[in-house]
Parts: sequence; structure tokens; C-alpha cells
Amino acid sequence: MKKIRTYHEVESEGRGQVPEQVGKQMERLARRLADVRAVWIVASGKGGVGKSAVTANLAAALAGRGLRVGALDADLNGPSLARMLGAGRDGLRVDDDGVHPAPGAAGARVVSMDLLLATDDAPLKWKGPAAFDFVWQSALETGALREFLADVAWGDLDVLLLDLPPGTDKLQRAYKLIPDVTGVVLVTTPSEAARSVVARSLKLAHDLGAEPIGLVANMTARACPECGHVEALYEADGARQLAAESGAELWAEIPFDPAFALETDRGRPAADRRTDAVGAAFGDLATRVVAESGLGPLEETEAS
Amino acid sequence: MKFLCVDCDHVMDFSDRDIPGDGTMAALFTCGRCGREVAMLTNPMETQLVSSLGVKVGGREVPGQPMELTRTQVADGRDDAFDDAAAPSSSEAPIRVTWSDDAVERLQQVPSFVRGMVKRIYTDYARERGIDSITPAVMDRARTDLGLEGM
Repeated sequence: MKKIRTYHEVESEGRGQVPEQVGKQMERLARRLADVRAVWIVASGKGGVGKSAVTANLAAALAGRGLRVGALDADLNGPSLARMLGAGRDGLRVDDDGVHPAPGAAGARVVSMDLLLATDDAPLKWKGPAAFDFVWQSALETGALREFLADVAWGDLDVLLLDLPPGTDKLQRAYKLIPDVTGVVLVTTPSEAARSVVARSLKLAHDLGAEPIGLVANMTARACPECGHVEALYEADGARQLAAESGAELWAEIPFDPAFALETDRGRPAADRRTDAVGAAFGDLATRVVAESGLGPLEETEAS
Repeated sequence: MKFLCVDCDHVMDFSDRDIPGDGTMAALFTCGRCGREVAMLTNPMETQLVSSLGVKVGGREVPGQPMELTRTQVADGRDDAFDDAAAPSSSEAPIRVTWSDDAVERLQQVPSFVRGMVKRIYTDYARERGIDSITPAVMDRARTDLGLEGM
């Protein structure tokens, strides 16, 4: 057979120009995020631990302190962040700067697939041939996430929060997509099942080089709305156990309050208005995120 | 991806593409030394694999639109999810572009979710080429030139 040069032996660039275009996509993303002072990933690995509720209330707590906050719902297939942040369904304005995010609670700027789908119960479906669609769908989801980051006119932000769907692969994908992640918040509960799954995410985050990583134990206890008495919801304490075993720091322990949860479900996350145990937990978490982002002292941010 | 003319040991240049609208694509590559042409034909799944990356084989000729991949690939987008009224054409060429009646009719068949963006892409295409009237034939040509599968 005639000797044919291999790909790397041919010095000129590929004529399909695919790598160049992907490179430009990433440059665009980096330019967009240049105006964002801190990018935080809120993840877990485990489903049902309240990532979106934590994200929504953290956004409210930060925005309530005068910070300019963006909230990106990276859960394309189960989006709920826009609803929790009370973002309206007016059409997202498009101009030469990009797609403008929807205004949400406390002034947070929100983008979510929920704002784009036809109805509240419409699942996300992609065009294209149905045969072997699993082959290319993950590429489309990554592309959509990239566009949510790069093509949205976020403006100057102090903090951009990404609410990730369950699955450790999502953490890896988001972390590698974003050029400079400030830190990762891993949400767990006291349950043993959550502990084992979040432990995997924690290990992955370490392997990726994420720093800082903060654990948030959600639904640790039930706070009585009448007297404020707090009672543990689980016999196990998987979150504290995980922190002790891994050396990761537990940044917040958030009790469950039905009224607080209902307010969040209705698009009125109350973390910036409540002074009880739940509000205090989110206040502590917001304080930590601000400090770890190098945004403090807060008074200077508020004045800017 | 590179196409090598084996006889000349020379990398072939992308020269043209055809997107017939059935999910397939033909991309033509030409050897700059001997003139030999090779067509790369992709089936719908292969075409989709490339589209899913948000890239065009052979490169882009007009700037990408905000959320172009999402808007062109989501199947059940809300009609009024985007307000494109404030989006100016990205071309600065001082040409007033009009749309023929049948071109407008064809544009109306594009789902509202993506229509404003598609209109802007075709308008940019026409302006940059000095075309003052967009007809279905211009739309066909633009779709092929720009690699706009699904528009």
C-alpha cells in the first residue's frame, strides 16, 4: 500500500475548520465570563437533595446583600430554578449583546431551559434523527450549556451560580467548560445514600482541582414554624460523617421548614428576608461564598 | 478532519457544500494542485453529530447568532420565548433588504421559536452579498452556503 501521511504528519490545519470553530466558541465563553467576578457550581451528584432550592435561596441571599447575581439552570432536562426564582415568562430580549436573562427574585438574573419550552409539562426534546439519538444528545446538551454561559448578556456580575443536575459527569462537564471556576458547593443531606453519592462528587471535584469546595447539608432538621424548635430529620448524620472522613468543610446546615419550602416553590425564595434558623443558615452560606470569592468586604461591593 | 490528495500529497480545500434538507449533507473538497474533487457525503446521524457541536463543516460565513444551537435544535420551543424585535442585523452594509411575498410566506413556516433569528441570518447573508431582495431562491442558496441545516 502506498504510504499516506497521517493526520499529525500533515502540518496544515484541517479544512473542515471544526477545531477552529470550537476554539472560537470557547474564546467567546471566556470573554463573556470576563465580566463575572465569581462563578460557583452548585452540584451534588445525588438527586432530590434540594440543589435548586439551595441555589435559589443562595442567589436571593447574595442579591439581598446588594450583589449582582446570575443564576443559570444547568439542569436542562429537569429545570426548576426559574420557577423557584420567580422569573417571568416574558420573551427573553435578544439584541446585539446576546440573549438577556429574565429578572428573578431579589433582582437575580435567570436563564433556564424552563423559560424556553412550550409548556410547563413539555419535556426537552431535540430535533434530528431519532435513530441513535443518544449518540449526539450529550453533545447538544453541552452545546446548550455553553450557549447559556456565552450567549447570555449577563452583564457585570459579582456571582454567577450554576445549578447542576444530578450525576457526577455533569460536574466534570461544567467544570471543564468554564475557564475559571471560583468554587464548588456540594449539596447533600444527612442520609447515608446521599453521603455515598456526594462522596464520589467530592472526590471528582478534588481530582478536577476544584478549590474551595464547601459542603452544604440540606434538610438536616425540621424547624417548628410555631416555636422555632429544631428537631433532626434523620437518625444518620451522613453529611457530618462525610465532612469528617474527607476533611471537606461543612459550610452550612440548613433545616427544613415547610413554609420556607413553599415560598421557594412559589418563586419567592426567602433567604434574604428570614432571620430564623433557615435564614441564618443561608446567611452564613452567603457570607462564606462572598469571602471565598474575594468579594469582601461586602460594604465595598454594595457601594460599587 | 483533513482531506489529503494522495497523488499530490496536498491537503484539499473545502470548496462547497449542499444541504438538500433531508438531513444529509454533501461537502466538496478540491485539491489546489491537480484540481481533483472529492465529495464527503454524510447520513442524517453523521450530519447531526457535526451540528450538535455547533459548528459548520467548512467554517462559518456569517457570525453565529445568540443561542443559535439551542434555538435550531430544541424541538418544542415556546413560540414567544425570545423577543427578537431589538436585535439588529449584524451587517453594517448600507443596503436595504426587502423580502418577496413568497419568501415571507416561507419564513412564516419557520417556527416562531427560531424565526426572528433565521430572518436575521438571511438578512445578513443578503446584505453582505449586495442582494437587495430575498426570495426563496436566495434562501436556498444561503442555507447551502452557510450550512444551515434545519432552517
